[in-house]
Amino acid sequence: MHAYESDYREPLIGPSVKSYTQITDELVRPTEGVPPLSWWILFSIMGMGTLFFLFCLGWTIWFGIGTWGLNKTVNWAWDITNFVWWIGIGHAGTLISAILLLFRQRFRTGINRAAEAMTIFAVICAGVFPLLHTGRQWLDFFIFPYPNTRGPLWVNFNSPLLWDVFAISTYFTVSLLFWYSGLMPDFATIRDRSKSKTRKFIYNIASFGWQGTAKQWQRFESLSLVLAGLATPLVLSVHTIVSFDFATSVIPGWHTTIFPPYFVAGAIFSGFAMVETLMLIVRKLFKLEDYITVNHIESMNKIIVLTGSIVGIAYITELFIAWYSGYLYEQHAFYNRALGKYWWAYAIMMSCNVITPQAYWFKKVRRNLLVTFVLSIFVNIGMWFERFVIIVTSLADDFLPSSWAYFSPTWVDIGIYVGSMCLFMTLFLLFARTFPVIAIAEVKSIFRTSSAVAKAERAKEAGSSSGGYVGSYQVGILDKDAKN
Amino acid sequence: MSNKFLIGMWDHEEVFLHAAKHLTHDGVEIHETLTPFPVHGLEHALGYRETRLHTAGFLYGITGTTMALLLMGWIMSVNYPIVFGGKPFFALPSFIPITFELTVLFSAVGMVLTYCTRNKLFPGYVPRIYDPRTTDDRFAFVFDIEGKSEADVAKLRTICESNGAVEIKTKEFKEGDGL
Repeated sequence: MHAYESDYREPLIGPSVKSYTQITDELVRPTEGVPPLSWWILFSIMGMGTLFFLFCLGWTIWFGIGTWGLNKTVNWAWDITNFVWWIGIGHAGTLISAILLLFRQRFRTGINRAAEAMTIFAVICAGVFPLLHTGRQWLDFFIFPYPNTRGPLWVNFNSPLLWDVFAISTYFTVSLLFWYSGLMPDFATIRDRSKSKTRKFIYNIASFGWQGTAKQWQRFESLSLVLAGLATPLVLSVHTIVSFDFATSVIPGWHTTIFPPYFVAGAIFSGFAMVETLMLIVRKLFKLEDYITVNHIESMNKIIVLTGSIVGIAYITELFIAWYSGYLYEQHAFYNRALGKYWWAYAIMMSCNVITPQAYWFKKVRRNLLVTFVLSIFVNIGMWFERFVIIVTSLADDFLPSSWAYFSPTWVDIGIYVGSMCLFMTLFLLFARTFPVIAIAEVKSIFRTSSAVAKAERAKEAGSSSGGYVGSYQVGILDKDAKN
Repeated sequence: MSNKFLIGMWDHEEVFLHAAKHLTHDGVEIHETLTPFPVHGLEHALGYRETRLHTAGFLYGITGTTMALLLMGWIMSVNYPIVFGGKPFFALPSFIPITFELTVLFSAVGMVLTYCTRNKLFPGYVPRIYDPRTTDDRFAFVFDIEGKSEADVAKLRTICESNGAVEIKTKEFKEGDGL
């Protein structure tokens, strides 16, 4: 009763996975026992970084925004760059879980859980920056539409900054619900394997008392499908609205109609790069090579080369339109961007986002894990610089040459940014130790269609010894007796 | 509430799906069906009614749309009308983004709450675990055998066996038993 899948298609579950129990064992194991030394080392470093992050937050709140490198001209810099960067990274999670679900891409099952977790942690990191930049952080509740007690004064519903508040909070909530509704059955799996009473008790609470009845699964499938349908336009809307923060202003370099699609493509691009960086570490650390296969990595690399090229076209279109507009200030903004005092940032952006990902046109490169890891980090760097270039270069050369300025970060700027990465990694490491990093039930649901072993078994039944692509895998038939 | 159950377990979803069709066809009363992951077509085989969760989602969604438009319209044109850039008080185009976000938010939150309520899911709920392996690698039918004769139970066993069950067992719960 499976959906049909050609056996010539490369398997999504590696040849050593032979039974459902083995899937349970291997995917639950990272949450059991004592973590490896490598985990402790990483966790302590990241934990210390998080403490430093909190210290920098406190410093900013105590002494004010003046501790940052901002000046009268460049009044928006690293804070908003980091915000857009983190939100962009957060986009891949929902894209993988929602859009790939609607498109029935089975490769999502290996990576969706971790990608969704990444989304949630990235949005947490992103949210810190605009909240800090308000200056008087204790009045941050003003962003919510509540009637002012000194008169009927409300927030301005015409402002893209307010749209952003709604977009980000909705995005966070929906991603969290999506992620958690998928986690309940897997927590139940962990609960039912647990030997100790405490562990059973905790995971039962986490699973919300999931049983796995056919009716529950029926509703589960309906819920995931509708949530995916809702989350798909939501993902596109969120970064569109983030781009409105700039596009609806009248600053040369920001006031362009290309921003929404350009930002969305960039967000997916950077999100996938971050998923790759994390997944390549996770599969190594927890020995999950059979679940996050080279096939998964290759599929992601294809999306990266596509979105990277879209971003590249957007850069070039921007330059062309600036020239074609005949508008002096716009032309200067772009000349200054590419060849002015921030030329080095522009060069990093161009080479990391447009040039290096083009290597993924070659299959050999797409399937090379070391190259993928390096390039994924390049993309992360390039996408940070993209936001920096858009924001800072547009502001640095004001309309009045007398107020032209240069932005240099202070240690607080750097501390908050690097610290937010440590916070992200700390949350991710905790997640990887206590939650199933790969969606157990979903991997099981594609086992009979897409695993190497099931494919080999079908090839054998059909009397083929080579069985197309499957034959190149040295696998035995489905091990019916293995612990089953 | 009955406490005595016969549990038939399968290890392959296709065999299980066939068994589900046979059992439903023969009119065997199934108390509960448990699987480790969603098996496609199982709800049809068991003759379940289509879930109405998506309809609920739609209703929550339009509630959000209406709420957002009404609230923003009232605030911006009645309660505190103020001119922004010479545009009308009720500036519909700039209300669209928030209206969309609230539609999605209401729909998603409402659906998940309904889903948890209907599925009896909440933190701390202690379900009856018929067999721990039903969340691992076993597909199971649970039959209520409280007050049933030996012969009836034996008949159920035969039905399970002939439909490919790999393991059959009975389980008795005490009142208030869970986990």
